[in-house]
Amino acid sequence: MKAAVITFPGSNRDGDVAKALRQAGAHVAHVWHGDYELPAGTDLVVLPGGFSYGDYLRCGAIAGRAHIMDATRAHAARGGLVLGICNGFQIACEAGLLPGVLARNADLKFVCRRQHLTVERNDTAFTSAYTKGQVIDVCIAHGEGNYICDPETLARLEGEGLVAFRYCDADGKVTAEANPNGSLDGIAGIYSPGRNVLGLMPHPENLIDGLVGGTDGRGMFASLMSGKKAA
Amino acid sequence: MKARVTVTLKTGVLDPQGKAIEGALKSLGIDGVSSVRQGKVFDIELDGANKAAAEAALKAACEKLLANTVIENYRVELQG
Repeated sequence: MKAAVITFPGSNRDGDVAKALRQAGAHVAHVWHGDYELPAGTDLVVLPGGFSYGDYLRCGAIAGRAHIMDATRAHAARGGLVLGICNGFQIACEAGLLPGVLARNADLKFVCRRQHLTVERNDTAFTSAYTKGQVIDVCIAHGEGNYICDPETLARLEGEGLVAFRYCDADGKVTAEANPNGSLDGIAGIYSPGRNVLGLMPHPENLIDGLVGGTDGRGMFASLMSGKKAA
Repeated sequence: MKARVTVTLKTGVLDPQGKAIEGALKSLGIDGVSSVRQGKVFDIELDGANKAAAEAALKAACEKLLANTVIENYRVELQG
């Protein structure tokens, strides 16, 4: 597995996700946003968390138009894997890799805490090491994670099984109380139609070591290493 | 040539910042405020004097970057 982690001005989780990928056994290349091409043989492009361009204009808007995003869109169009985490999810939406928008959290608060998620399906390249319906305990840290889209898009996401993760309580119940930001249907992450692009607000890369609170994030990186193609 | 681009949230899109400002105005005792929606204004200076070309450039700017048309509308005003 060859992963390319893109660094934009203001990315700050690029090191964390690279560590998680290396722990799982990936070869990781760091790629600058101004580059035009991905390293040859890249299997996975990672758009990391952070505050690209200081969240100016809209979160992810300027990064979404970076040169490297043309190469990333071409990679995704070929069926290549793309993982956007937090700001990376916002960038993926702004770049047209995923539908919808991450709007300001409904209660206007920046949330930084532990959060349970349900794994909606485990037949994808990103989740095969989890069980279907598994409740995982990861971190969230965002001010603009309120996933919204038009009703037709939401119906398509739900109808085609493109919701990857939902916010839930410790028992796996998807409730309004467990929803940290107002996202439609408790959506924490979504897939592209080919399930080769995943965007999610939570940070699995931060839960890979028992020393710092848990290892529920490891499953995503283990899944990617299993070499399963996008479902 | 100068232009002003105004970007606003579409009707029906939740605007928590606008709501918070609305609440603050009410708490200041400013009467008669029934709703606040927050938007963005871009003052742009353009080279050249061709109005049609300027309008086309600004429309492209809005569609490609300034507005996210999933949730936002935009309005372009040329100011001569």
